[in-house]
Amino acid sequence: MTLTEQILTIAAVVVATMLTRFLPFVLIGNKRETPPYIKYLGRVLPCAVFALLIVYCLRNINVFETPHGLPELFGIAVTIILHLIKRQMLFSIAGGTIFYMLLVQFVFI
Amino acid sequence: MISKKNFQALKAAFPFTVPIFAGFWFLGLTYGIYMNAAGFSWIYPALMSLTIFAGSIEFITVNLLLGAFNPIQAFVLAFMVNARHLFYGISMIDKYRGLGLKRLYLIFGLCDESFSINYTAKIPPNVDRGLFYFWVTLLNQIYWVSGATLGGIFGSLITFNTHGLEFVLTAMFVVIFMEQFLKETKHANALIGFGASLICLIIFGAENFILPSMALILILLTAFRRRLE
Repeated sequence: MTLTEQILTIAAVVVATMLTRFLPFVLIGNKRETPPYIKYLGRVLPCAVFALLIVYCLRNINVFETPHGLPELFGIAVTIILHLIKRQMLFSIAGGTIFYMLLVQFVFI
Repeated sequence: MISKKNFQALKAAFPFTVPIFAGFWFLGLTYGIYMNAAGFSWIYPALMSLTIFAGSIEFITVNLLLGAFNPIQAFVLAFMVNARHLFYGISMIDKYRGLGLKRLYLIFGLCDESFSINYTAKIPPNVDRGLFYFWVTLLNQIYWVSGATLGGIFGSLITFNTHGLEFVLTAMFVVIFMEQFLKETKHANALIGFGASLICLIIFGAENFILPSMALILILLTAFRRRLE
């Protein structure tokens, strides 16, 4: 990617992000009720989008070749377990990541 | 020069932001190191954290910058990932009303953390409401930008093996997903999210599955609205 393409990509992300923040204030001026369909999407979309993002992170894994995605599987399992125990975002993310790093650096080399 | 009114608001706001300082420095540093490991100068995390100021999409943007040039996908993806902000905005319309020019910055900086503090915090009666919101938002952004910049600068000095560090992104989404999942009573939307993306990944392949996945998710969520509501 050239520098111009990089700037355009980042600008697209900035504009889209700003749109998500400014749109409600611009559109729903002072009184009008939020349309029920939009309210519904706001409630159910985040969980679906995060599921998509997890798949996105794992998209390059080939389950038919060693290590068959096992480091990712174990890393995610540790993250989930830590989070169920302590329910502290920072702790779970750090713990899962460190465990994964140990796996790919020392076990599944 | 900080006026007395300003200082009072800063003093009231600071304690609320301490946990966010810890979180943002960890993730911000990681983000800076991550960008550094991907071969970008510290200027990238510094400017991206300043202008985008939305954690998860900044990590994703690193991948976008490493892939083929596709600003429309970047735009749609950023909008979808950050779509939740729309509803922070809806919730803050009344609280942010009549705050003058400050309001523009408050809306610009309406990240998950600033939203949760500014929406829930009980502001002392002697403290200016607008200034309190302002300091919470500004402090959070300072933590995030400084963390990302330092990570970007010192990432090159870090001698330990960072192989596998990119997993922090996966772990973050797993945790955010869990938080959302545990809060909800009906889980069809989570299933739709996983199902649609896996199906599209198999059909369209790793490089092209995101847009079809997003479309399929929207269609399915719309179709199953009655069951999910």
